Amino acid sequence: MDKRIHKYKQGEHYIVLDVNSGGVHIVDKIVYDMLDYVSAPMAEEMPADLCEKMSGYDKAEVQECYAELLELYRAKMLFTEDEYRKYADMTLNAPIKAMCLHVSHDCNLRCEYCFAETGDFGTGRKIMPVEVGKKAIDFLIEKSVGRENLELDFFGGEPLMAWETVVETVKYARSVEKQHGKNFRFTITTNGMLLDDEKIDYINREMSNCVLSLDGRREVNDRIRYTPNHKGCYDIIMPKYKKLVAGRKNEGRTDYYVRGTFTKYNLDFANDVLHIAEEGFDQLSVEPVVTDPKLPYALTEADLPAIFAEYDRLFDIMAKGDKRFNFFHFMIDLQQGPCAIKRLRGCGCGNEYVAVTPDGDIYPCHQFVGMEDWKMGNIFEGTVNKEIKDYFAKTHIYSKQGCADCWARFYCSGGCNANSFQYEGDVQKPNRLACEMQKKRIECGIALNALKLQRKNEEK
Amino acid sequence: MKHITTVNKANLKETAAKGGCGKCQTSCQSACKTSCTVANQKCEANK
Repeated sequence: MDKRIHKYKQGEHYIVLDVNSGGVHIVDKIVYDMLDYVSAPMAEEMPADLCEKMSGYDKAEVQECYAELLELYRAKMLFTEDEYRKYADMTLNAPIKAMCLHVSHDCNLRCEYCFAETGDFGTGRKIMPVEVGKKAIDFLIEKSVGRENLELDFFGGEPLMAWETVVETVKYARSVEKQHGKNFRFTITTNGMLLDDEKIDYINREMSNCVLSLDGRREVNDRIRYTPNHKGCYDIIMPKYKKLVAGRKNEGRTDYYVRGTFTKYNLDFANDVLHIAEEGFDQLSVEPVVTDPKLPYALTEADLPAIFAEYDRLFDIMAKGDKRFNFFHFMIDLQQGPCAIKRLRGCGCGNEYVAVTPDGDIYPCHQFVGMEDWKMGNIFEGTVNKEIKDYFAKTHIYSKQGCADCWARFYCSGGCNANSFQYEGDVQKPNRLACEMQKKRIECGIALNALKLQRKNEEK
Repeated sequence: MKHITTVNKANLKETAAKGGCGKCQTSCQSACKTSCTVANQKCEANK
């Protein structure tokens, strides 16, 4: 099959993606089968042997299908070429516009799969002093020349353990943003344990998005997310999350996610997605664990069929019109998505996006924190290691192994650099397991949104 | 067309020509933190 397209069957639907134009076509079985034999450049006349290859089908219909494909080809919506390589180095010298602020390298949970090694990233339990938070704001303003929207995520460990630093950092940023022509967007990622009415009100007022950690059903969550005394957290956090989300909706804010992790312990994770939805939450993100493959709950390639079946199940439920929830990993905007330039390198880690520790040390992203070789500097020195920054700026779909030929490259943008490093020891080598899961999610997401657009177009 | 329904504008090339403004959200800041999903971000230049 021509590598400029990707075709697949999702449920009963035949989907064709024109990789380089982003065109999505829903086709019938004849066209779907015909695309095994048709490729660019397409001849004006149908090749004589095509009818023979499509022997099970009526000749007139085969002719008709070829004519339709030719029309798409002429309109540059099929078999288009990848012309984006020339943009690959466009973000060299890009300003830093986003920061993951590790206000706490401590945590009040001991989740087994934590990549932060129970909260301290292996560097000792620490809370970020207020002056470090303020300095991080100054640093981000200084390094973001030409960017107006700046993002700052309060992260940890557990950021609510550093509440004073959160509040004072926000207050300081608000006091200086206008004079510098900036607009801060704050987000917070919390395990919910320390939420109370005051914090809920504050988060709903100040945070443009919040991510609430919960893995799903009580027994699934509590098996792996528990306190230092080994008590599950589900019953503690669930009422607090409900209160927060209800308050958020009253404030007119819709941006939040209940975010879970699935592991080998809950390969039926669609049940966890559905459980969270049944508890009244509508913005959901449940994603695969990233961990040492030797650990008992790690996902392996042998788990892929079960994982795919769960994604298919979620697709079927959503395609049938279940509107109770939105699943983050199936969200793909087929009309107004990010530009091709952004799609070349994904998250921007180490280049447009950095993580800052309680001591002010700078790392490419939260998942690199604690790896001394990847330390990029310190905010009090005000410098950023140019060699590492340039390395990430030059890390894109054309530099990573296998991405330039992969149909999914403009959707995953080469995948998570930290995942690649964790699994393969090399940022430039995407991990096959992560890729396979990502491709499956993208297929589901494209199909789901294509069906939505088709329905919308039919209603017009 | 009888056999094919195209559901979107297939305009990725156009977005390259005027793209790269950097106004949009950093993908990892939204809800993942452990896996990169870029295509679900919105373009903010068109707001």
